Amino acid sequence: MSIVADTTRQPATDWTTVLHGWVTTVDHKLLGIMYVVSGLVFFVLGGIEALLMRWQLFAPNSHFVGHATFNQLFTMHGTTMIFFVAMPMIFGFANYVLPLMIGARDMAFPRLNAFSFWMSLFGGLLLYVSFFAGGAPDVGWFGYAPLTEYTFSRGHATDYWILSLLVSGVGTIATAINLSATILAMRAPGMTLDKLPLFAWMMLIDAALVLFALPPLTAALVMLLLDRSCGAHFFDVQAGGSALLWQHLFWFFGHPEVYIVALPAFGVISEVVPVFSRKVIFGYESVAAASVAIGFISFGVWAHHMFAVGMSPGLDSFFAGASLLIAVPTGIKVFNWLATLYGGRLRMEAPMLFALGFLGMFVLGGLTGIMLAAAPIDWQVTDSYFVVGHFHYVLFGGTVFGLMSAFYYWWPKMTGRMLGPKLARWHFWLLFIGFNLTFGPMHFAGLMGMPRRVYTYQAGQGWDVWNRWTTVGAVVQGVAMSLFIINVLVSLRRGAPAGDDPWDAWTLEWATSSPPADYNFETVPVVRSRRPLWDLKHPDDPDWKHE
Amino acid sequence: MIGGDEAVQHDWSGGAAAPASNPDGAWPRGRFGMVAFLASEFAFFSTLIVAYLKYEGQDRVGPTPQHSLHLGLAVLNTGFLVASSVTIAFAAKSLFAHRVGAAARWLALTVALGAAFLATTAYEWHDLIVGQGLTLRTNLFGTTYFTLIGFHAAHVTIGLIVMVMLLFMLRSPQTRAKLAEPLELTSWYWHFVDGVWIVILMLVYVLSR
Repeated sequence: MSIVADTTRQPATDWTTVLHGWVTTVDHKLLGIMYVVSGLVFFVLGGIEALLMRWQLFAPNSHFVGHATFNQLFTMHGTTMIFFVAMPMIFGFANYVLPLMIGARDMAFPRLNAFSFWMSLFGGLLLYVSFFAGGAPDVGWFGYAPLTEYTFSRGHATDYWILSLLVSGVGTIATAINLSATILAMRAPGMTLDKLPLFAWMMLIDAALVLFALPPLTAALVMLLLDRSCGAHFFDVQAGGSALLWQHLFWFFGHPEVYIVALPAFGVISEVVPVFSRKVIFGYESVAAASVAIGFISFGVWAHHMFAVGMSPGLDSFFAGASLLIAVPTGIKVFNWLATLYGGRLRMEAPMLFALGFLGMFVLGGLTGIMLAAAPIDWQVTDSYFVVGHFHYVLFGGTVFGLMSAFYYWWPKMTGRMLGPKLARWHFWLLFIGFNLTFGPMHFAGLMGMPRRVYTYQAGQGWDVWNRWTTVGAVVQGVAMSLFIINVLVSLRRGAPAGDDPWDAWTLEWATSSPPADYNFETVPVVRSRRPLWDLKHPDDPDWKHE
Repeated sequence: MIGGDEAVQHDWSGGAAAPASNPDGAWPRGRFGMVAFLASEFAFFSTLIVAYLKYEGQDRVGPTPQHSLHLGLAVLNTGFLVASSVTIAFAAKSLFAHRVGAAARWLALTVALGAAFLATTAYEWHDLIVGQGLTLRTNLFGTTYFTLIGFHAAHVTIGLIVMVMLLFMLRSPQTRAKLAEPLELTSWYWHFVDGVWIVILMLVYVLSR
């Protein structure tokens, strides 16, 4: 870690030294930045794939891209966004902020941390190399058997997909090990678990979800790889294998995965909403407890992705019931955030705008989720654009808005510079409008029967207008994200200096300089309440006298 | 651009006595890390076991577990692994008591027992593959059996490699002092691998025969 600090302090112009510093670093802050940057690069790639699909679907009977390319586009878009955008960005912010938040000098296992990042990055590169090795995977992001078997998927595209997820999955599991050990063993003196910042609480639960949900995917991918390259029969129907087993294993990972990418966003919101409302979080304990409940229940809902395969009525009822149940703890948290906002002195700056956007959009996605949890409704709209609309409200409206809030909130800490507030407002409003224009109409197209993953459609089925709006919305989102990237680049060169604590916040990351020194804290902080920085700023009226 | 500035100094005393330095509990990070790792391993092996059970008795062609598996060999192997779990526990205990020689001897015995396990497995696999013609490709039993047992044997092998490394590190006075915790964590891993084997013994060798 000292290598990088040395090269930045001396006016070193030798780019190989700088590069060597980045490649060999084990510092959680530099790794965090690399995670976020790699996530952004893949976000641009996944976004371009989405725009190409929307261009194709703008009008009926279009032939802008053919069906084969279209299959590759939706597979790559889904795989990229879930595995190489959402998770790396989350782990990037967690890496950067978590040790600072809990008053530690680094993660528990710094070298393992570097290993995780490079595995994640190489996994992503492996996925994209497939474009130059005979075509990208085209089996969909959940790769249903038996289409992924060698019989139906010749060539190596599917192997690239498997290996990419295997490699990055190992990195993800290692990150989860690191995060849990960091939160459990590295906290500053006095920071008992009931004083842990809520973002750290969410990441602790998140790590637990990764530890139990990712390995089943790894095992399933190994099985598929053995099928394809060694002639095993796990998902080979002709030899008695079961295509359904893949669905069970994949969604046993896949549903907790939704919470793996949502809980960190909950954590960000739980930090941002209090600071920008100038109030303590309402019901700290219930936010943490509800999240633990979500973690547990999320392992019992996976087959709601499979109502249409014809399980028994008993199983359908169980999974529908469990899926409805998970709305209860989620609802509790929404009320926690609303109650924190209520009566607060709201500061409508960029992190807060995205936090509020998150609240509204995530609730909408949750409501269509309740609709889909009811098996009879699911049978009507399964595999339609209604489902696509629903999960984009959750994953984009939830996770991406949460991540953007995190970006605006912590960027000043990471670089020492503010992002431009004017461009930030344009970014938010264009993204918010574009988002709703894109994904709102998908619900209507889906209800009118438009199946997902079709590369084109006939005119006159009532789908044209909705597809047109969706494409317009996607372009608006593209403009919004371009403004964001411009803002980031401008800020790096000319951003206003941030100072140590630009938001007048209360958690420990704001007690160091921006960016922090290699060793994070000159003296290890001592914690007596949930808002250690409040105590520091107000020695006359510290929180620990009231908690 | 992104290096560090000097850190800010704060007075954290806050006019009150400092709280205890290790918030709750005395566990070092390594133990949490190993527990988290074993949790992920638990989920991984559970998935392989689920696949084995799901396809148990569904084969369209033989050989089937009833005909090809040898309970005697599995029981012998269980003996090796359970004994090695005991010996590695003694090794860890000895090192905590600074009895390096005893620790090295117990650890070497553990390696020998693990190697005996692998040798027995190799003998068993030779019979299955060459003698009975059962491979991954033969049927669902072959597919699930070799995957499950193979991943378990790979874990045994990795454990043995780690133990041999520890044995070499025990010889050097510089590294010796720091080995008590790594050896203890290795023993946790080894107990886990042992536990997985006992589940395999019950499900694969006893129940499905």
